[in-house]
Amino acid sequence: MDKFTVLTGIAAALPEENIDTDKIIPARFLKTTKRSGLGVNAFDSMRYRADGSENPDFVLNQEPYRKAQILITFDNLGCGSSREHAPWALLDFGIRCVIAPSFADIFHNNCFKNGILPIVLPRPVCEQLMADARMGGNARLTIDLPRQVVIRPDGSEVPFEVDPLRKKLLLEGLDDIGQTLQHEKAIETFETERAQAQPWIPRIVLD
Amino acid sequence: MAPRTLFDKIWDSHVVETLPDKTAILYIDRHLVHEVTSPQAFEGLRLSGRRLRHPDATIAVVDHNVPTSDRTQPIAEAESRNQIETLERNVKEFGVPYFPLLSARQGIVHVVGPEQGISLPGMTIVCGDSHTSTHGAMGALAFGIGTSEVEHVMATQTILQKPAKNMKVVVEGQVGPGVTAKDIMLAIIGHIGTAGGTGHVIEFAGSAIRDLDMAGRMTLCNMSIEAGARAGLVAPDETTFEYVRGRPFAPKGEAFDEAVAYWKTLASDEGAHYDRVVELRAEDITPVLTWGTSPETVIPVTGNVPDPAKETDPARRKQMQRMLDYMGLEAGQKIAGTPVDVVFIGSCTNSRIEDLRAAASIAAGRKVAPGVRAMIVPGSGIVKAQAEEEGLDKVFLEAGFEWREAGCSMCLGMNPDRLTPGQRCASTSNRNFEGRQGPGGRTHLLSPAMAAAAAVTGCLTDVRELI
Repeated sequence: MDKFTVLTGIAAALPEENIDTDKIIPARFLKTTKRSGLGVNAFDSMRYRADGSENPDFVLNQEPYRKAQILITFDNLGCGSSREHAPWALLDFGIRCVIAPSFADIFHNNCFKNGILPIVLPRPVCEQLMADARMGGNARLTIDLPRQVVIRPDGSEVPFEVDPLRKKLLLEGLDDIGQTLQHEKAIETFETERAQAQPWIPRIVLD
Repeated sequence: MAPRTLFDKIWDSHVVETLPDKTAILYIDRHLVHEVTSPQAFEGLRLSGRRLRHPDATIAVVDHNVPTSDRTQPIAEAESRNQIETLERNVKEFGVPYFPLLSARQGIVHVVGPEQGISLPGMTIVCGDSHTSTHGAMGALAFGIGTSEVEHVMATQTILQKPAKNMKVVVEGQVGPGVTAKDIMLAIIGHIGTAGGTGHVIEFAGSAIRDLDMAGRMTLCNMSIEAGARAGLVAPDETTFEYVRGRPFAPKGEAFDEAVAYWKTLASDEGAHYDRVVELRAEDITPVLTWGTSPETVIPVTGNVPDPAKETDPARRKQMQRMLDYMGLEAGQKIAGTPVDVVFIGSCTNSRIEDLRAAASIAAGRKVAPGVRAMIVPGSGIVKAQAEEEGLDKVFLEAGFEWREAGCSMCLGMNPDRLTPGQRCASTSNRNFEGRQGPGGRTHLLSPAMAAAAAVTGCLTDVRELI
């Protein structure tokens, strides 16, 4: 996983509520056994017309937003299916940060696991950042994770909250399996105690 | 000790360790695996040289990709075939118990788990699928996870999580004729919205919930995710214990009695704290369906499609108009009488034997309307066999329904069962998102009985007219 420290990049505004993960990456593209290569189909139904040509009205088909690294939306971003293909598709497209007034839980979690920083900001602030984004190529936003601020094109700063453990993992680009396995002794103890207290818990063994 | 909720009790009994920032290392009892969200996780294990910690707490099935037609033929779509073959290689390499495509026990993972007695009360259950919330009907804490977490559970048998907030949805009273668990749940989602449960685990309570059979409770918990909740829960009771008794992987004999004694301690304590309580009266709930492309767009079948002009928020107004355009509906029109092209009865929400019986009771002695394609897709091979034993297959076939093999089918457009652009579908599944059942497809979510009513009348219909 790539580290996330300070990101300066183009932001794209997608002023919609309830953008579900089916919209971010439709199910027919989930047949891959890899994490990469999904960017071309990110937002497929919004990005392409029925004949396969690009929809020029969709923000990510417009300059400079084809190179967007930050995406700003309204409430409940990433609702629906748990598919991690959604953050994989965003990442493969180039998105490293998503900003919204609220997120669906699983998507929020999946973002962190892939080095994408999800930032929760009140809707009026998101509207301001969307206005910044619409200023085009000169309107870069800076996401400063160590200081936990979004720096707007006029230099003003918007603070944001982030879970300390998740911040640490992002800053260091660490996966959390290694972290958890440092507690393997505790897991073993838990398993032993439970096997004694609840011996009736069945094991799944096929004949 | 302070009074605790059902969620608190299951949570507390599974915390291995609490990290300084309050994140828990939470022990996982059951890990359900399917072909779509697992290949990258197995690959991760392989690349890091890690083992799968507890194959005997893991079960794998194929469901999302599989065709629901003739199973003796090879799978035609190369990518689907590859994903299934990849799973088969992985379960062999890591020693994971697996119900293959041709096994009678194959089916949708969220139907198979409870049916086999693999999902039990008081457990923590995860799967790389958001509808894992289904298993909450057993009184288990069950939630969907992403593929990185799938790998985490494989390697550690735990997950990192902060406790959720407690929410209680109480439905008291008795529902009227033609009103099912699906209507109750859609009414709840319509009431609290698709983000209404975000950050919470919803416990469903009240007499209307206790009166539901296990299939109904599964429908309810299944769609908790559509209300944004992490999980849904129903306290285990006699209905639960009777359901579990005798299932293939459930405890037997004395072990069963011991388990029941423990399960009886799980119900929420008197005076336990809920962060949010929502109350509905069962009598107020009618047969409902969705008109738009979000599961919260719920209206009574006797109602009218809402008018965006009456919405004050401009972004929301635009979105409503977009939904109407996509769905091919007019503002203010009566929803009943809208012609349908396809009827889909199936999915992890509504493909259990009870659902098929409900649909069959409407289909019996009637015919699928001309020009309508109506499909019945049982949730598992076991459900299919049971239905055939009861003669339901004949009822459906005589009425002109297709009688298919078990799988996720038209719920998500990942297998050959898909809508074509513009087709309108009365569907017992869980999501009506744009393109969910196939690009351009139009989905109305409703109960199995309402779906059957749509099949035989050729349009969205109040099922009460056919009872």
